[in-house]
Amino acid sequence: MSEYFWLIPLFPAASSFILVIFGRWLPKKYVSVQAPLAVLLSFIFGLASFLKIYPRGLGHEAAGLSKTLFSWIHSGSFQIDFTFWFDQLTAVMVLVVSGVGFIIHVYSIGYMAEDRSYTRYFSLLNLFTFAMLLLVMAGNMVLMFVGWEGVGLCSYLLIGFWFERPSAASAGKKAFIVNRIGDAAFLLGLFFLLFNFKTASFPEINRALTDGRISSSLATLIALLFFAGATGKSAQIPLYVWLPDAMEGPTPVSALIHAATMVTAGVYMVSRLNVLYSYSGIAAEVVAIIGALTAVYAGTIALTQFDIKRVLAYSTISQIGYMFLGCGVGAFAAGMFHLYTHAFFKSLLFLAAGSVMHALSGELDMRRMGGLKKHLPITYSTFLIGAITIAGVPFFSGFFSKDAILTQCYAQGKYFLWLLGLTGAIITAFYMFRLIFLTFHGQERFSAEIRHHLHESPPVMTIPLIILAFFSIIAGYIGLPVVFGHDLNFFERFLEPVIIRAYETHLSLGIEWLLIIISSVIAFVGIFLAYVFYLKSPHLPHQLASRFPGVYRLLFNKYYVDEIYNILFVKPLVKGSEMVYYNFDLPIIDGAVNGSAKTVSFFGRILSLVQSGLIRDYALVFILGVAIILGLILF
Amino acid sequence: MSIAIISIITFLPLAGSFLLLFIPGEKKDLHRLIALLFSLITFSLSIVLFIHFDSSKAEPQMVEKSAWLGYGINYHVGIDGLSLLLVLLSTFLFPIAILSGWRYIDQRVKEYHIFLLFLETGIIGVFVSLNLFLFYVFWEVMLIPMYFLIGIWGGPRRIYATIKFVIFTMFGSLLMLVAIFTLYSFYYKATGVYSFEISDLTKLILLPKVQTWLFLAFALAFAIKVPLFPFHTWLPDAHVEAPTAGSVILAAILLKMGVYGFLRLAMPLFPQALAQFTPLLMILSLIGIIYGGCMALIQKDVKSLVAYSSVSHMGLIMLALFALNQEGLEGSILQMINHGLSTGALFLIVGILYERAHTRLIKDYGGVSRQMPVLAAFFLVCMLSSIGLPGLNGFVGEILCLFGVFQSYKIMAYLAVTTVILAAAYLLWMYQRVMHGPIIHEHVRSFKDLNLREILYLAPIVVLMFWIGIYPNFFLRKMDASVNFLLQKIEEKQKYFGLEMEPHKWRLIKPDLSEKEQSNPKENVSRPALAFREIFAGDDKKP
Repeated sequence: MSEYFWLIPLFPAASSFILVIFGRWLPKKYVSVQAPLAVLLSFIFGLASFLKIYPRGLGHEAAGLSKTLFSWIHSGSFQIDFTFWFDQLTAVMVLVVSGVGFIIHVYSIGYMAEDRSYTRYFSLLNLFTFAMLLLVMAGNMVLMFVGWEGVGLCSYLLIGFWFERPSAASAGKKAFIVNRIGDAAFLLGLFFLLFNFKTASFPEINRALTDGRISSSLATLIALLFFAGATGKSAQIPLYVWLPDAMEGPTPVSALIHAATMVTAGVYMVSRLNVLYSYSGIAAEVVAIIGALTAVYAGTIALTQFDIKRVLAYSTISQIGYMFLGCGVGAFAAGMFHLYTHAFFKSLLFLAAGSVMHALSGELDMRRMGGLKKHLPITYSTFLIGAITIAGVPFFSGFFSKDAILTQCYAQGKYFLWLLGLTGAIITAFYMFRLIFLTFHGQERFSAEIRHHLHESPPVMTIPLIILAFFSIIAGYIGLPVVFGHDLNFFERFLEPVIIRAYETHLSLGIEWLLIIISSVIAFVGIFLAYVFYLKSPHLPHQLASRFPGVYRLLFNKYYVDEIYNILFVKPLVKGSEMVYYNFDLPIIDGAVNGSAKTVSFFGRILSLVQSGLIRDYALVFILGVAIILGLILF
Repeated sequence: MSIAIISIITFLPLAGSFLLLFIPGEKKDLHRLIALLFSLITFSLSIVLFIHFDSSKAEPQMVEKSAWLGYGINYHVGIDGLSLLLVLLSTFLFPIAILSGWRYIDQRVKEYHIFLLFLETGIIGVFVSLNLFLFYVFWEVMLIPMYFLIGIWGGPRRIYATIKFVIFTMFGSLLMLVAIFTLYSFYYKATGVYSFEISDLTKLILLPKVQTWLFLAFALAFAIKVPLFPFHTWLPDAHVEAPTAGSVILAAILLKMGVYGFLRLAMPLFPQALAQFTPLLMILSLIGIIYGGCMALIQKDVKSLVAYSSVSHMGLIMLALFALNQEGLEGSILQMINHGLSTGALFLIVGILYERAHTRLIKDYGGVSRQMPVLAAFFLVCMLSSIGLPGLNGFVGEILCLFGVFQSYKIMAYLAVTTVILAAAYLLWMYQRVMHGPIIHEHVRSFKDLNLREILYLAPIVVLMFWIGIYPNFFLRKMDASVNFLLQKIEEKQKYFGLEMEPHKWRLIKPDLSEKEQSNPKENVSRPALAFREIFAGDDKKP
């Protein structure tokens, strides 16, 4: 089966194609089977391929399956093939994307059951999965760019899925355009890469770097350009602005974007190019700093939001920041590990939030929730597991992965980044439990009407929640930190052949323990604070907000970044273009054209006066002419 | 090939329009059918041409040559890697253009189709001509049907638009005519032979000063056609007023003639002047890219939005042309095809919307997606192709163009990359305002989704978009030989005026590599052996 690994992305592609072309004639039941099945097939083939390379992977051998389907774009020195590639890094991504993707597909059957564009929804969901699988299985950067843009497109289509709502249509457009800004930088990076490396294929890029053919400043430039692309796709400072608005899409789409596809693309790309990023110290540094800052920054915004999905969106931005932080300090495996655990708990949180919305007839505002614990027992308990995991409570998966990143920061001596990471962690724990308490505990603040309709979601939605909750708990045990014994970090060892160890550092066991204890304490402190603020004395947040109204408003309005971008970029572009059009293009350029025509006709009219048609005028001119000539001759 | 396939392809549409002359005007459907039939046969013949095309040959093939008016004016046609795809694009789009007006054009149906078929002959003629005189004839002839197509079947300001279009274009081409005759006389002075043959004339190596003036005359004619900033203002007017088929042909094919003129004539004829003007032309192209994009952003009329987007896209095509490397040139040629497909399709779609709503203003739409889901899907793909989404044709052309530019002039590429963002911005914004949101105007509710005819003519375009996007090599390989040959020729000629050239001893004309000619005697049997004569400054006046 593994020799057919290149079929992995083609299953959802084929499924999507069928749904697009024949969708209108297909019964709903059929669609509900075909779409998830295609992704399941991808997962099965992914698993087979994984098992194939697994035994080799644990050694130090780089094991990659490679398949060139056909030559794609060949022109002069531009030689790009359509090549699929499957190595350890790909394996992790393929399993996450297709595995979590499959669960989201199943969940969607229930969630979207009533929607009139059911088939369109699944065709897009399949397309999204295809694009992401293409991205992670591409054997070269150009092909990766196809998937890279492909997920951008799908996010546009799915965020704007309910396009009759102007806000949804705008959010989709915003996502695409903001991503495009990053992609422009990505393209330039690609050109530098192709121009200097003469290749875009991953093994050869690594070879060129290890041969030392490339100067480190050039590597830095390329790495930074690619990272600029990643800030768009993975929603980091400064291009994160599209992700919170992406909430306009159906909730399972948010789960897909945040957990399995799209936003993790940047992290994957940086890990894929780990040799390049390690080669350029500066680029790695920038990645780490942007990651750490985003982790804290997005967390602070999440503190004040009341929209349940928006809180989760900012938490994603923040968690992706951690992944970049990990990659930036050279802990690519830890970054990927966090990506992997995050996929479970973030999709869990979103799907559980979707379940809450489902129960409350689409309500998103936590101020109109509360006390849902007893009404939605399964949703509550799974949501709680998700929250515990993301908060970093010991022995849940998020704890291990986040701790691996923070430990590495500390080990590298990047104490400032480590402190930022810890700050982010405490904020995360706080706002997640704020969400839990506001939503599920305390008084019921929803209307009687909604209360009447209140119901736990059907099994097709709750079973995915339970599965994801299960993995959120146990997923971390394949990557245990060194304090629990050597060689227990299977995850890191599996990735070892494809990820270079940039820094070999050893901390004493004592310090390792100390770091773990600090992170655990931090998590509990965050949760405790949330408890104090939102359960024990619910008036405290108000008091705090009125004590520091400026800070509160700044956070609540997301630092006004959207407004600032609008004033700095969007407005000047549109207004400037209008000014140029009405004051330059029409009157001056076009004016010159019409003006020259008018000038000609003006002189034409003057000259036409001579042609009066009257004999006496002509005779007069004739006589005058004769007189002048005679005068000239005679005198 | 023994049969004169190129002549058949070129003149078959003309024959069709003659046939239409003898059919009474009341039989509208018969006119439509015959026109469609002739354009379809032309297209199928051009596929035969495509299949028989030998991509290993750099020089024109399937050549037909016969004396016409004497004095070097020959009927000489042929096809090479530079023109093949453009001919194919033209013959491909004509049946589509005819189908697009099937119901909407109901007045003077006979004349409409006569002009359309006449136009097709003119267009194909430009692309296959190997004799400069013949080229010029076709170049001008083509204006006549276009003039009437816009002037008769156009919108309310059609007379203004069509006169502007014709005079603007004429202005450029008259200067070109002067340059053509100057070139002709130089060739006669150098060799004692009259010739309008492009292959002969490119052998001339003219002094840089002479080249400058001739190049400017040619370049102006072509730049207006492209249109290069700041000669673009006829385009939005002509597009807005033209009927759908007119807009499609105009955007998809006529604009390409400007680029083709550079490729076929201005660049190989005057390489020194090219080198001299490259910075200027590139800057104008670059301004066109950004300026066109910004202008497109704020247009209120869908058609003029697409027209300005053409200014932007054509800017990139021109920019890549002047990069003078294989990636850039191939990207440029491929992008011409892509632009023809995507912009052609966008105009078709605007036409479909116009037929339903009788307005082109963006604000009169909104929420059309819900009413016309099939159109929404087609529109989406065509828009994405225009944006340059990977997997579709636009991306392949765009990335090759940009990479070509990057290799030669990095800074240009940094700036040109903004097109990636701008194109997404103006097209998505337009799409959102037209297709998304709630239905605000009642008339939108009465819109019917695409009928079979409309699907039938949009679907082939979309298939080609995917085909070029996924397997572009199929098309790229056809141009390799010709593109490399052209580059080599330009490079050889550019080397000629190196530093070792003494400026005061300025030779007007110098023999080119005539050994090459002799080694290939089959080609010039009909031509007397070229005896080049050197002409010195003293012998001749300055032109």
